[in-house]
Amino acid sequence: MNIVENFDLYAPKLTDKKEYFSPGHRACQGCGEALAIRLMCKALGKDTIIVNATGCMEVVSTMYPTTAWELPWIHVAFPNSASVGAGVEAALKVLRRKGKIDDRDVKTVCIGGDGGTFDIGLQALSGTMERGHDLLYVCFDNEAYMNTGIQRSGATPFGASTTTNPAGSASIGKNQWKKNVAEIMVAHNVPYVATACPSYPVDFMNKVKKAREFKGPSFIHCMSVCPTGWRIPSAECIKMGRLAVESGVFPLYEVENGRYRFTYRPEPLRPVEQYIKKQGRFRHLTPETIESVQKRVILEYKKLVDRVDGLHSWDELELAD
Amino acid sequence: MAEAKLLSGNDACVQGALAAGVRFFAGYPITPSTEIANAFARELPRRGGIFMQMEDEIASMGAIIGASCTGTKAVTATSGPGFSLMQENIGYAAIAEIPCVIINVMRYGPSTGLPTSPSQGDFMQSRWGSHGDRPVIVIAPYTAREAYRETGRAVNLSETYRVPVIVLMDEILGHLRERVEFRDEDLVQEISRKGPEPGRPFLPYENTEDGVPPFADFGTGYRYHITGLIHDETGFPTNNPVEVDTTMRRVNGKLELHRQDIERTQFVDADDAEILIVAFGSVARSAHEAVRTLRNEGKAVGMVRPITVWPFPEDDIRTAAAGKKAIIVPEMNLGQMIGEVERAVAGTVPVHALNRIDGLLITPHEIRDLVEDLL
Repeated sequence: MNIVENFDLYAPKLTDKKEYFSPGHRACQGCGEALAIRLMCKALGKDTIIVNATGCMEVVSTMYPTTAWELPWIHVAFPNSASVGAGVEAALKVLRRKGKIDDRDVKTVCIGGDGGTFDIGLQALSGTMERGHDLLYVCFDNEAYMNTGIQRSGATPFGASTTTNPAGSASIGKNQWKKNVAEIMVAHNVPYVATACPSYPVDFMNKVKKAREFKGPSFIHCMSVCPTGWRIPSAECIKMGRLAVESGVFPLYEVENGRYRFTYRPEPLRPVEQYIKKQGRFRHLTPETIESVQKRVILEYKKLVDRVDGLHSWDELELAD
Repeated sequence: MAEAKLLSGNDACVQGALAAGVRFFAGYPITPSTEIANAFARELPRRGGIFMQMEDEIASMGAIIGASCTGTKAVTATSGPGFSLMQENIGYAAIAEIPCVIINVMRYGPSTGLPTSPSQGDFMQSRWGSHGDRPVIVIAPYTAREAYRETGRAVNLSETYRVPVIVLMDEILGHLRERVEFRDEDLVQEISRKGPEPGRPFLPYENTEDGVPPFADFGTGYRYHITGLIHDETGFPTNNPVEVDTTMRRVNGKLELHRQDIERTQFVDADDAEILIVAFGSVARSAHEAVRTLRNEGKAVGMVRPITVWPFPEDDIRTAAAGKKAIIVPEMNLGQMIGEVERAVAGTVPVHALNRIDGLLITPHEIRDLVEDLL
C-alpha cells in the first residue's frame, strides 16, 4: 500500500495536544484549509499574532458569538493582510526596543487565501516582502474564490470550471495557467519560501517552524483542497492533496537563502489523469486536454528539478568587500 | 412585449444592460453582487462579448474605462468595499468623460461590514466618493422590473452625457426574485455616444452648447489626448486658471443642463397627502405598502420616490412638499438623503428621520406607526 491509499499514515494525533485553532468552526466537511490552519497554529505556538485577510477562514472561524482562534487575531480587508502585518511587526519591534514589552519572540503571521494573495493582495504582499519585515505569510490556496461561490482566481488551474469561467460548448473553463506565486516570492530574494500541503502534515509543520525561526520575511504556499469547490467527496480531501503532490502538479519544495531543495520527491510521478479525473471541476476535459496538462506539469517539474540541481545558496557566494 | 419572467434584481440588471447593448463586463467577486458577474460570464460570450474577471475592483474600473474608450459599452458590478476601491477611477472617468456604468449592490459598512445584509449607506458615497468635484448620475430602482429598465437607461445616459452612471441596488433588491411582467414602456433602447462630425475639426473636449463633447472611439482614426489631469478643449493638461475654470464648470454643469431628461421621480398619492414619505430603493417598497394600507383606512399619506437619486430631484421634492404637515424620510443608514430633503424644503415643512442600521429592512409597520404619530 502506498502513501495515497494508506490513510493510517496520516497521524495528526502525533502532534501537540494544544489547539490554537479550536474545533467548532463552520468550515465545510473535509476542508483542507481549516486543517492546514490548525496544523500551522500548532507549529507556531502561542507567541503568535495572526493577521487574517477576508476569506473563507475568516468567515467560518468567527461566527458570532464564537471564535475558533486562541491566538491574538485581527481580520482586515481583502487586499491588505500583508500591510497590516507589516505595521504590527514594525510597531512590536519599536515597543521591544523601548523596553515597553517583554523581549519575547512574538511572530507576526499573515494569512490569506489565493484570491487575497495571488490577486487583490499581491501588491501589499510584494511591498512587505521587499521591505524585509520579520513576518511569515501563509497563503492557503484552494484555487478559487470559494467564499463567494467558486469564482476563478489567478490560482485556479487550467481547465477548471468555475462560475465566472463556466465550461460549456464554447469554453473549456479557465483558459490560463496558474500563476506561480512561490516563484514570485523567490524573486523577492526573501530568506525562506516553501510549498506545503496538509496532506503531508509533518512536512508542513516543519516548514512553518523553520519559517518562524527566520529573521526576515518568509512565505509558505499551502495547497488546501476544497471539496466543495473542486466537486469531490469530502472524505477525499487528504487523498486529493497527496495526488496533487504525487503527480507533480504541486511539488513540495523549499527555497532557503536562494537554494532550492525538494522536501519530498515523488518520482516516478503519477499520471495527472489520476488527479484530474476524480474532480468534478475538470469533468469536461477531453483526453487531449488532459494530455496537454500532463505535458505542462512535466515541463514545470523539470524546471524545478533544474533549479534544485543548479542553484546554490547565496551564502556560498564570495562577495568582494 | 407583455412577457412574464421570474427574475432576481441582480439578473434583471444584467438583462437590462445586455438589452442596452453592453458587450463588456469586468468585475471581481463580492457579496451580494456576485450573481451579476456570474450571469455576465454566462451571457456575454454567447453574444460575442467579453467577460473579464479582474484581480481587484481598481482593475475592474480600469478595464471598463479602457473598453469604453473603444466604443464598447462596458459595465462593472460590486458592493461596499469594492465600491470604495473604485472611487479614484470613477473620478477619472468623470473628468476624462468616459461613459461607464457601475452597479453597486449596497451592503452595510464601513469596511467588510455586513456582507449579506442590505443597506443604503452608499447614498452619499455614490455622489461624493472621489476627491474633487465630479459629476455622476445615480439611479436607484426598487423592483426587479425597474432594475431591468433603469440599468438599460443607465447605460444610455452614460453614453449620452459621457458620464459614469451608478445603479444603486441593495442586497434585498439584488437577491429577491419576483414575477416581472414586461410591458411596452420597459423596452430598452440602444443609444450610443455621439462621435466627431466628419469634415469638422475635432476638439475632444470642446465646449459644446449641450455641454457634451463628441467622443472619438479608439481605433477610428483620431489621435488625441485623454488624461486625468485637468485639461483644456484639446485634452492637453493645463494650469491656466481660466481654462481650468471653464473645463470644470462645463464638466460639472452638463448634467444640470439636462436635468429634465435625467431626472425620474415617482409620486404615489402625493397631491392630497398630509404626510409625505420620501424614500428610495427597497425601503420605498415598505413605504409604498404603508401608503396603500393607510389610504385604505382613509388616511392622507403619500410618497415621493426619487428613481434618479443624483442629481437629487430638489424641485420635485419642494413642489410635492408644499403645504404638507410633515415629511418622513426612512433610510437604511444614519440619515443621508434626509439632508437633501431638508435642503429642498428649506424649513417650510418639518422633516422626520426613520433610520435602521441593523441589517434589516425598515418595515411598513414602522413607517405606519410614525405616520400615525404625526397625523
